[in-house]
Amino acid sequence: MSQYYIGILILVCINLLAVLGLSLMTGFTGLFNFGQAGFLAVGAYTATILTTRYSVPFAAALLAAMVTSALTSFIIGYPTLRLKGDYFAIATLGFAEAVRLLVENLEKITGGSRGIPRIPTLTNLPVALAAAVVALILVANYVRSRHGRSCVAIREDELAAESIGVNSFRYKQIVFAINAMLAGLAGGLLAHYIGFIQPSMFSIIKSTELIVMVIFGGMHSLTGAVFAALALTSLPELLRAAQAWRLVVYGALVVLIMVVRPEGLMGSWELTPANVKALFVKSRPAQEEG
Amino acid sequence: MPLLEIQHLTKDFGGVRAVDKFSYQLGVGALNAIIGPNGAGKTTIFNLVTGIYDPTEGHIFFGGDEITGTITHQISAKGIARTFQNIRLFSDFSVLDNVRTACHRYASYTVWEGLIPTPRRRREEKALAERAWRLLELVDLSDRAHEMSKNLPYGHQRRLEIARALAQEPKLLLLDEPAAGMNPDETVQLMDFIEQIHDSFDLTILLIEHHMEVVMGLADDIVVIDFGRTIAQGTPEEVQANPVVIEAYLGAEEE
Repeated sequence: MSQYYIGILILVCINLLAVLGLSLMTGFTGLFNFGQAGFLAVGAYTATILTTRYSVPFAAALLAAMVTSALTSFIIGYPTLRLKGDYFAIATLGFAEAVRLLVENLEKITGGSRGIPRIPTLTNLPVALAAAVVALILVANYVRSRHGRSCVAIREDELAAESIGVNSFRYKQIVFAINAMLAGLAGGLLAHYIGFIQPSMFSIIKSTELIVMVIFGGMHSLTGAVFAALALTSLPELLRAAQAWRLVVYGALVVLIMVVRPEGLMGSWELTPANVKALFVKSRPAQEEG
Repeated sequence: MPLLEIQHLTKDFGGVRAVDKFSYQLGVGALNAIIGPNGAGKTTIFNLVTGIYDPTEGHIFFGGDEITGTITHQISAKGIARTFQNIRLFSDFSVLDNVRTACHRYASYTVWEGLIPTPRRRREEKALAERAWRLLELVDLSDRAHEMSKNLPYGHQRRLEIARALAQEPKLLLLDEPAAGMNPDETVQLMDFIEQIHDSFDLTILLIEHHMEVVMGLADDIVVIDFGRTIAQGTPEEVQANPVVIEAYLGAEEE
């Protein structure tokens, strides 16, 4: 495989990490997060500063990126997770912008808007792929657990969930923290893949790109998250030959999906042996919605 | 000692007094009802007991402990379960998962075990599924276990919501207009069903209802409220004969 395709695959894995967290948080728990880039930035800068300035080993730096990002989610989440849906989404938006501006202005630590160059490129395909696969398995386990069911119950009807004894605030904190850890890890890997970071990489455009992947793939499907990360990360790269038109194609594709299939490509269908069997045994398309 | 005791409960919404110094006692094992015209404050009383609203004044005791102002999910842990006037199922869940989710307290595996399954998780999940199945059999919904709850007929949705409440093994069950929107057939079935669970689950039940036949047929004791205040209390016969009640409620309803 050429270096070019390996590079795309690494980006797919990195995006998938951030998309899995969002899928758990926005798709399964119903908490809209328009500030995922903020957590990527926290992870990217934490890991980069540790490896470039303090010669911390890569693995330890990534762990630190996850922990810092999770701590940030607690600090942001504590006052905002009690807000109703839309207000929380706006708070995440504000958070990401605040992180970006902080990074731009704390020039001594972060290099300001010029960013940090010459980061050792330690992220390779095995590392990125392992991280994405492990994350996928953990998140898939979680959504099928009693905790995962409680999260979906909160999405479906928060008052009813509370009335059967689900502590919705606690569960929101948990999925926000899991999401932040995955995004922090993605940020750390991204910085050490590209070899250079600057604040503009973590703008609202990045947050939007990630949330679009979740919606495109299907809000209630991890299979959809994987597919969307794969398709929407590689597509703009593979269409590079089409120059300016590639972003038009990308945008048109997303609009098309939203018009034709608003629940996202996969809806809530998951790729499991039982579901695949059901597809072939009874070819009832209605089963797909299951 | 009464299971539920409400003392001088008052709730103001801005300038409107929805519940006005409401006092009430509910004995263990009772099957009682609260009735009253629309907007009398019945549902507000349920919302105050289940911690959805904080009372302006007054106290609520459950099993002798004060529960005034307790958060909703902790109320459930204390043994009070409820249904809602406008059915609130987890509509994207299967029938089974609606009940299974409400059983969550009977598993103790941690969030970490949610991420990385352990033998304990597998054991407890199996027990949860069995518990949910048993309950579905009891309420006669097991043949629809894998259907999406939003696809159930209306009467079945009501029954599923009650099953979800029962899954918490409550001591007290609050039913908010369980017969609302039901046809006469469904209503009769529902009455049998409520009597059946009252007996077989050792429950204390308090229900709000508009269907007079349901209230008169089921409840041992009825409290009538209007403008958040108790205007009468007694057996179905006493309440039916009470001129104050007829004036405030039955008279207007019967035309």
